[in-house]
Amino acid sequence: MSPETLILLSLAIPFVGSLLLLFSGPASANVRDGLTVITAIVLFGVVWHLIQIVDAGGRPSVTLVEMLPGLSITFTLEPLGMIFAGIASFLWIVTSFYAFGYMRGHHETNQTRFFFCFAIAIMSAIGIAFSGNMLTLFVFYEVLTISTFPLVAHSGTDEARRAGRVYLGILIGTSITFLLTAVIWTYVEVGTLDFRQGGILAGNAPEGVIAVLFGLYIYGIGKAALMPFHRWLPAAMVAPTPVSALLHAVAVVKAGVFSVVKVSVFIFGLDTLQNTGASTWLAYVAAATILLSSLVAMRKDNLKARLAYSTISQLSYVVLGAMLATNIGALGSTLHIVMHAFGKITLFFCAGAIIVFAHKTEISDMHGLGRKMPVTFFCFFIAALSIIGLPPLGGTWSKWYLALAAAETDQVIFIAVLMISSLLNIAYLMPVVLYGYFGKEKPAAHDAHDHGHDDHGHHAPPEHPLLRHLTFGRPGVAEAPVLCLAPIVLTTVGCFVLFFYADRIRIFLDPVFGG
Amino acid sequence: MIEYAFPGLLNYWIVFLLMMIGLYIVIAHENLIKKIVGLNVFQVSVFVFYISMAKIKGGTAPILADGIEVYSNPLPHVLILTAIVVGVATTALGLALVVRIQESFGTIEDDEVREKEEQDK
Amino acid sequence: MTFLAEHIAVLVVIVPLMAAPLCVVMRCGVASWGWATLVAVGNFFLSIVLIQHVMTNGTIVYDLGGWEGPWGIVYRVDEVGALVVLIISAIAAIVLPYAKESIEREIPKERHYLAYCMMLLCIAGLIGMAVTGDAFNLFVFLEVSSLATYVLIALGSDRRALTAALRYLILGTLGATFYVIGLGMLYMMTGSLNMTDLASLLPAVQNTGTVHVALAFIVVGFGLKLALFPLHVWLPNAYTFAPSAVTAFLAATATKVAVYALIRLIFTVFGDVDPLESYGVRPAVMVLAIAGMFAGSLIAIYQSNVKRLLAYSSVAQVGYMILGISIGNAPAMAGGIIHMFNHALMKGSLFMALGCVFYVIGSVKLEDMAGLGKRMPLTAAAIVGGGFSLIGVPLTVGFISKFYLVQGALTEGMWPVALLIMLSSLLAVIYVWRVVEVMYFRSPAIGCEERSEAPMSLLVPTYVLLGAAFWFGIDATFTGDIAMSAAQTLLGGSK
Repeated sequence: MSPETLILLSLAIPFVGSLLLLFSGPASANVRDGLTVITAIVLFGVVWHLIQIVDAGGRPSVTLVEMLPGLSITFTLEPLGMIFAGIASFLWIVTSFYAFGYMRGHHETNQTRFFFCFAIAIMSAIGIAFSGNMLTLFVFYEVLTISTFPLVAHSGTDEARRAGRVYLGILIGTSITFLLTAVIWTYVEVGTLDFRQGGILAGNAPEGVIAVLFGLYIYGIGKAALMPFHRWLPAAMVAPTPVSALLHAVAVVKAGVFSVVKVSVFIFGLDTLQNTGASTWLAYVAAATILLSSLVAMRKDNLKARLAYSTISQLSYVVLGAMLATNIGALGSTLHIVMHAFGKITLFFCAGAIIVFAHKTEISDMHGLGRKMPVTFFCFFIAALSIIGLPPLGGTWSKWYLALAAAETDQVIFIAVLMISSLLNIAYLMPVVLYGYFGKEKPAAHDAHDHGHDDHGHHAPPEHPLLRHLTFGRPGVAEAPVLCLAPIVLTTVGCFVLFFYADRIRIFLDPVFGG
Repeated sequence: MIEYAFPGLLNYWIVFLLMMIGLYIVIAHENLIKKIVGLNVFQVSVFVFYISMAKIKGGTAPILADGIEVYSNPLPHVLILTAIVVGVATTALGLALVVRIQESFGTIEDDEVREKEEQDK
Repeated sequence: MTFLAEHIAVLVVIVPLMAAPLCVVMRCGVASWGWATLVAVGNFFLSIVLIQHVMTNGTIVYDLGGWEGPWGIVYRVDEVGALVVLIISAIAAIVLPYAKESIEREIPKERHYLAYCMMLLCIAGLIGMAVTGDAFNLFVFLEVSSLATYVLIALGSDRRALTAALRYLILGTLGATFYVIGLGMLYMMTGSLNMTDLASLLPAVQNTGTVHVALAFIVVGFGLKLALFPLHVWLPNAYTFAPSAVTAFLAATATKVAVYALIRLIFTVFGDVDPLESYGVRPAVMVLAIAGMFAGSLIAIYQSNVKRLLAYSSVAQVGYMILGISIGNAPAMAGGIIHMFNHALMKGSLFMALGCVFYVIGSVKLEDMAGLGKRMPLTAAAIVGGGFSLIGVPLTVGFISKFYLVQGALTEGMWPVALLIMLSSLLAVIYVWRVVEVMYFRSPAIGCEERSEAPMSLLVPTYVLLGAAFWFGIDATFTGDIAMSAAQTLLGGSK
């Protein structure tokens, strides 16, 4: 098959998959779940094939439809986008397995709608990754927002509805008011919206306009959660955990920061940003976001909320790297997209496992839980180390390159920010593990759960061996079932492996940041 | 001023007067039939306006015959024939609606109708 | 075929006009529905022939009865005119099949045939407004369509429909009469009623007070018809209480045709005068347009009747069109023109979906629509789809309009205007989302949880129109090209 067909195929697969889900879902949950997995695996296969084509130097491009005279929905592959597509599609497989365990274990309703929207969200993420011009990116960006809204408001409670309103209000609000204005303004100034190496605005627009436009773009991409437009991310945490894991640690937020990098590199051009200084003030905003949200994270007792603020902080690493406007900085950003994805998804998986199978959401209730769920807490520990940036884990490299870029541009203050932030990371992530392993169990009313198999009224006993608590034959251990635990372990291993393959990714990205 | 304005432009002053009277009735009167009559007065003022502008001093009917040099413009008359037809249709429809309103609200006073509409909410 | 090609410009008016009285002769609801539908569909094909003809052979100038202009009445159809005719006849061809069930539900049986007769007259009047090249003939068609509209609104099942119709009649007649006054003044100054002829004669007298006053009368007159804020007061009640099918048809066509007529008057008749610029009224018009965008949307947010909510949204959308016209460059003008087409698609489908709601649950109040996502999934989905278009989400037609408008504003360097356009679409997010939340995240009232969808004859036309609203949002090259070339012609003065 030609690469062009494969591009269209990789968009069609999740779309067709989602439709099949919609019609098969009500009939049989097993068929629906099977379909999800098959779709995810096939999609990853196709994306992997495309990655190899791009690695070999191919830049296939295909135009789907001409939307307006002279403006079309076009997909063009380049290494940056392939990285994003690769992670999103790979982690979808992992998350699907996790989601079966979670959703069934949690007895969620409307599962068909859930998996349908999920597939559409993945399709939009792939669309964003492959987009060959700003219009395409914008279109899929909005589809992503809308398709994830039902996932956030999934439970339909008052709280979920309020969260959905915040989510939609901020994301649609920023994208329409700022991003769309910026996109059209760019079109008016340059007459094209294509992504081009070196940027299209370079030399085509007055300096003042470039500065304003850049601000509009960066704040318009609300999914990057730059303060003060970050409120949607904690709000979105009411969603079921697989959503938080894949979408709010990977697909949605990474779509945001990926767009930031892409806009910086291909619309403005790093040199333009460097010369005009349009990005400098935003670098400070990103630095402030890194520190402030870490501080907020420390004060959150709810595990998912803490992870959400941690995500906001980590996203600003990526933004900061792009704002430094050097090749090394942008490389650091891209690497951080990958590294943080694996680290944070593991953390969310662990949080989900704790919620469903130990019924704990507050960190202060988790004292001693590490003895009951040793594997989960160990994986949490490893992933936390990766987020902090300790070797031999993936997170090391991205921080390394980011610090290098800061040094290169003589902005020592940002190195300081990165280091302080690492300390803050330790301060808000490590207590979870420490209390888990060494804390004294509170004589809580939840004692009934100490023996994994018993159930509480509405929780029917797990019907399937894959959904049964693991005990490893030891008393007091009630680990999450295989369906949840295997993905956790897999992504944890991923954090390790990436440490050794970071340079391979760098080489893959060389055509973009080679300069 | 008055001497200048009145002799030649008397018609237009009357048009103006009628127009304002008509508008005033439409806006100020609560009785729906009076509103329709006001609307009629307003329309009639426009008819007079068109016919006035077609008139030429000393002109006769536009007949193609010897000795007729100066004649009034016939086109506005024709236009106004059309406009009259439209006006009649509008008035008829308006009055029909008023009858229906009387049937279903029991009144044709606008303020009372509004009161009853409020109750429908 | 040559006969068709030769007389196509007049056929699109004549066919529905002649067909209308037959409905009265039939005196049978079903028969006249069949007849009206047949005529509407036939007319739709005629209008396709018309637009193809115009696009290949250029503007059609048709002398009625063989009397040449400027003495005879001339029909003049250019690309936008043909597009407007296409909108009207397409909407008619979609609404009429829909109308049967809906009208049977909402109008007493003995009046059905009248509704279809009036529908055809209204179509004839609206299409006439779009094709005529004679300024007085425009008034006649305006009144034909308006009178039919008053009757159609009065057919609504609520007694408030009567007062809504009467108030619209009074304001509508005032508007039309204002137009006639303005036209009379133009005739006094130029001695012509032919639009092309007027255009060439007007520049010589453009600085007289009479012409200024004439333009003011014309703009206010049409401002009333097209519901330009603050002359919109008749619209919300009229749309709310008219029968669903009628609302769908009117919301999709009536105001747009009035906008188009105003465009022709300002840019063709007054084309060489460039009144917006030379009379310095551009800021005033822009302020009114923007005020309409915001006032309409803000009031819409607080409505509890969804039909009325959408009616106020129409006031806001008319603001977009007028804004596009008033900015005064090609992309913005194209945005205004394309929005006439796009808004017809989205509002049409939305009002049709509401018709489905009314058909099943007998109300379009927001609180009664709780849990509609479960009760009527297809209808609810259609409302969401139309709502996306109102917001201007990409892949819908609303996005295309907004793109052109903002492009035009930014090209002119009017970035505050661009920002205001974006902000007003955020207001649309709010009022659309209020409806969505009630439909999907609130449980239905006790006793009406069971699923009961509207019949296919209502749903299929709704979805056809909704499909078009997405289709022309994904591939807008056809409409975009027409709008852009039309905008350039209009701004280039009268040619």
